[in-house]
Amino acid sequence: MDTVLEFERPIIELKKRVESLREIERETGADLSASIEQLGRQADQLQRSIFDQLTPWQRTQLSRHPSRPYTLDYVDGLFTDWMELHGDRAGHDDQAIVGGLCRLDGRPVVVIGHQKGRNTRENLKRNFGMPRPDGYRKALRLMRLAERFGRPIITFIDTPGAYPGIDAEERGQAEAIAKNIMDMSYLRVPVVAVVIGEGGSGGALALGVANRVLMLENSTYSVISPEGCAAILWRDRAEGPRAAEALRITAGDCLRLRVVDEVIPEPTGGAHRDHPGVIAAVGAALRHHLGALAGLSPEALQDDRYDRFRGLGAVTEPPPLTMPLLEGAAEPPSA
Amino acid sequence: MSEASRPRWFEQAPPEPRPRERREAPVTQLWVRCGACKAVLYKDQLAASHQVCPKCGHHMHITARGRLELLVDPGSFQRHDAGLAPQDPLEFADSKPYSERLTAAQAKTGERDAWLGGSASIDGIAVQIGSFDFAFLGGSMGSVVGECITRLFERATRLRQPAIVISASGGARMQEGVLSLMQMARTCAALARLREQGGMPYISVLTHPTTGGVAASFAMLGDLILAEPNALIGFAGPRVIEQTIGEALPEGFQTSEYLLGHGMVDEIVPRGELRAVIGRALHLLVDPA
Repeated sequence: MDTVLEFERPIIELKKRVESLREIERETGADLSASIEQLGRQADQLQRSIFDQLTPWQRTQLSRHPSRPYTLDYVDGLFTDWMELHGDRAGHDDQAIVGGLCRLDGRPVVVIGHQKGRNTRENLKRNFGMPRPDGYRKALRLMRLAERFGRPIITFIDTPGAYPGIDAEERGQAEAIAKNIMDMSYLRVPVVAVVIGEGGSGGALALGVANRVLMLENSTYSVISPEGCAAILWRDRAEGPRAAEALRITAGDCLRLRVVDEVIPEPTGGAHRDHPGVIAAVGAALRHHLGALAGLSPEALQDDRYDRFRGLGAVTEPPPLTMPLLEGAAEPPSA
Repeated sequence: MSEASRPRWFEQAPPEPRPRERREAPVTQLWVRCGACKAVLYKDQLAASHQVCPKCGHHMHITARGRLELLVDPGSFQRHDAGLAPQDPLEFADSKPYSERLTAAQAKTGERDAWLGGSASIDGIAVQIGSFDFAFLGGSMGSVVGECITRLFERATRLRQPAIVISASGGARMQEGVLSLMQMARTCAALARLREQGGMPYISVLTHPTTGGVAASFAMLGDLILAEPNALIGFAGPRVIEQTIGEALPEGFQTSEYLLGHGMVDEIVPRGELRAVIGRALHLLVDPA
């Protein structure tokens, strides 16, 4: 069953009418091409006008759309010679993160990404794309492998967040995420991350400390889910749309805040309506950024990543001239 | 005891002023109740025991200043980054604008943000040290805290000094959105450099509470991780987990003791012993062979 979002409905209705006209044309042989063309244009216009002014909440819904391409769809569409690798070598193989060896345009790379399921059975296996610590440890193992053999790393980010469960806490969820963030920052190979759906908090960042962070137009990246934020601030998860607005989680916002380096436009109607189109767009962006990083030495790659994240934040400070005075001034804690 | 919780009748017309009454502070300013054993404790007594209940050993919140006073050699502390102040990059507002919340927290704590850090020595060893201030918006980590901790690790690397961070934080600061999330990345990136280039240890002290984005970054990455007794430590908050799995959590889940039992911290150290334990550990790690 195809999921249709509320705001997509008028577009889908129009497109259905075009389809039924075509059917009538086929069955009766009557020439309806003028009406079909006109309705088709209307549908396109409507789609464009709706997608031109999506609210943050509507984009949140798109980022979670069950027909949106997932990591393995990009693997299928962009890479060759895929060899999935499994396990954290400490007792677990988390299915919410997939990773392996493959080639992009013939060049060996390592791909790692969150993986959601398309139906209930798959989602039980994939835990709705919410990794346990084992998933992050598997990912780090594969990154270390890539580093040893000089392979660029491509990560696909698409998770509601790290799994909040007893077993996950017991096995050190916080430590696993932290270790990934720290070790990724110091990798000696190029890393490009693409937020393809939900960029859910620490569970997303654990695959996101890259030289370049790209983001699909209708994906989100946030410190907390809109519903989680609403539950805390308004004590009501139903206030999610308000929180989505306040949190500035859209690709455009993240670009403005310099959290991402490029927004990859999606085909009109969203990534879920045109898999080949969006996969090609992501492929082009990956080639561009990997190409730009290809000439950098391991040390330059480390520095590039450090500088990229070092400047993120919003603070004010008195002008530098006064700083030596401040730093030199002894100030006992009890003052 | 806060202004707001003082009885209303203090604000009304005062009775005839009499010298004897003026000398006595209101009783509510003199005592507090222990959150664990409910014992009534005199504030002076509690300050002398560093906010640890003398009756049951319950560790209450301590200010960042009180914390550092307790840990470093007397007179050795020099504050850094005192001028850093927060902004409101998202123009965030829920029931109150973030900028107003900041102003209120600044007035309440006398600090610009939830952090106090600088250079000091512990048992004669020069260190870079800093502490969260839980009283400031729950010790949440926004851009200022992230910047201060990043600089702390950078100074420790540059000066080849041990780094010590005392965490007391609910996690990333929601009101700075994804920029708060990015503080996890920059602090951990600076920590990676301390590890690879600084050659000096980093000691992480976990106190109640250490959760969310603070736990999932530098707090759980100490070369040594020490925890105060019975602190709440974890990635997801207990309520979130309960809602997700739909059942009650096991007794003692996500406490310091639970983490020790699961191999996630090195030792549990009562507040009064922290200075001595950190000093010993530093000497064991950095003394010439």
